[in-house]
Amino acid sequence: MATRKVRALAVAFLVFGIRGAAHGADHFGIGRPATEAEIAAWNIDIDRDGRKLPPGSGSVAHGRAVFEAQCASCHGSGGEGGTGERLAGGLGTLASAKPVKTVGSFWPYAPTLFDYIRRAMPMNAPQSLSDDDVYAVSGYVLHLNGLAPEDAVFDARSLSAVQMPNRDGFVSDPRPDVKP
Amino acid sequence: MTMHARRRFLVRSAAAVGAVAASGARAEQATPPGIPDWMKAPGADTGSQPYGTPSRFEAGIIRNIPKGLKQYTSASTRTPLQDLDGILTPNGLFYERHHGGIPDIDPAQHRLMIHGLVERPLVLTMEDVRRFPSESHIYFLECSGNPGFEAIKGKTASDLVGLISCAEWTGVRLATVLREAGLKPDAKWVVAEGADAAAMTRSIPIAKCLDDALLVYSQNGERLRPQQGYPLRVFLPGFEGNMSVKWLRRLSVAAEPGYTREETSKYTDLMPDGTARQFTFVMEAKSIITRPSGTQRITPGFNEITGLAWTGRGRIRGVQVTTDGGKSWREAALQEPVLNRALTRFRLPWTWDGQQTTIASRAIDETGYVQPSFEDLTAVRGLKSFYHNNAVVPWRIAADGEVANGYA
Repeated sequence: MATRKVRALAVAFLVFGIRGAAHGADHFGIGRPATEAEIAAWNIDIDRDGRKLPPGSGSVAHGRAVFEAQCASCHGSGGEGGTGERLAGGLGTLASAKPVKTVGSFWPYAPTLFDYIRRAMPMNAPQSLSDDDVYAVSGYVLHLNGLAPEDAVFDARSLSAVQMPNRDGFVSDPRPDVKP
Repeated sequence: MTMHARRRFLVRSAAAVGAVAASGARAEQATPPGIPDWMKAPGADTGSQPYGTPSRFEAGIIRNIPKGLKQYTSASTRTPLQDLDGILTPNGLFYERHHGGIPDIDPAQHRLMIHGLVERPLVLTMEDVRRFPSESHIYFLECSGNPGFEAIKGKTASDLVGLISCAEWTGVRLATVLREAGLKPDAKWVVAEGADAAAMTRSIPIAKCLDDALLVYSQNGERLRPQQGYPLRVFLPGFEGNMSVKWLRRLSVAAEPGYTREETSKYTDLMPDGTARQFTFVMEAKSIITRPSGTQRITPGFNEITGLAWTGRGRIRGVQVTTDGGKSWREAALQEPVLNRALTRFRLPWTWDGQQTTIASRAIDETGYVQPSFEDLTAVRGLKSFYHNNAVVPWRIAADGEVANGYA
């Protein structure tokens, strides 16, 4: 009887030993490890400071060409909006009776432009643009908002360096804010 | 002839007519509307519908799909609240909000990757996900813009607040899966990404991930519908709907939020001073009368008032109803069970005197929070914040019994 119990304990130790006893019941041993290559291939997140921006670069001039070909049919040649959202203008309107939220007037971080355009645009063919094209289009949208000169070229460093006008425009949630 | 005697006479006359009819045909045929055709021959074969659908006479009870949108890739449809009973939304009528259309995902090819600040980055198949200990809970899901603050011109309850539905969700605790990967000490946020054409991305605070957050694969007993994230979605009870990322393919554990487009330029609430509130997660207490409601018509006499209440902060404590335009409020009865972060059905018996009036409901949750009036809410937030309008919804009842939007 005692021998059997000891043997059962030994088996249990063996099992948990394989799985890593430190994790105890938290660890089921389900799934397989994700390799670094797999993570690199899937992870397209760009942080607000642009530390995760990839190599590559694109000019505002090239961005204009990409924008005309890929974006203008929905967002308008000047980013004035259409089927797609308005992208340019509206600076200084946020506190007015008619706020206009655009990349220039509202978006707080330029690297987010790269993140969003790469993952979700153009709407009919997301994740189809090269990183160079995404830099170029990001730069062109900044240019449309007067935030980049005509001859600018954007890469990880220069896109991260852009100070968006509404960078400090966000506050945390104070709710509940309405008392009976 | 007194009223009573007259009625007795009429009853006897009807019986006599019945007797005459019985001589030629069966007596039952005289009882309106007679023996229906569907009793005179066997009905459809058992199993003639391998997956059942509602009666063809209910074909009008469908999702409320907006007409004339510029595009339908990033758009929403609403649940027909005024046509439903109880607290559970049928899967086919669950509201929709997509940002890049509805993907058609083969579950055998779907993978969930967990990486970032974890000890063991993982790849899980759907079979793997279903091996974890499972749980089922009834929770509501509500879009944060339900409705906006301006031009509240909808006619029906669905037009006004149809971006809310409620279901029983089955899946595994997100905490269980995160512990399987092993969280590093500086893990503070989890960025969830969908496998849709928007690669929809939202950041979830770690406290919520380790609390009641779920990874869900089933809804009301069956696998998720494609519109609800098939084969796998995040579910965050009480939080704004878009954060419960559908078609989930990646969880990136991080020290900071992603500050993605969806949590900077979208789903942030613009205040009158030009600042915008960010990470406004909780859906606050709210209610709506679904019957009588807009476009319905009532007749004088008894009318049951019924509707739905909910709060992202827990349970509904009570619902008060006014039938005199806010002069007085009465306590409605709550249908049991009153569940945490689920829809709660309320009812109040009411006799309408045929006079023009306005009816409305207001919810109180277990934290003591009271659903505000539109005036009180917009006095604080202005009209431009778009999201998180949980104001009282008034219905105007005209003298002819027609019910209409009290805002319009």
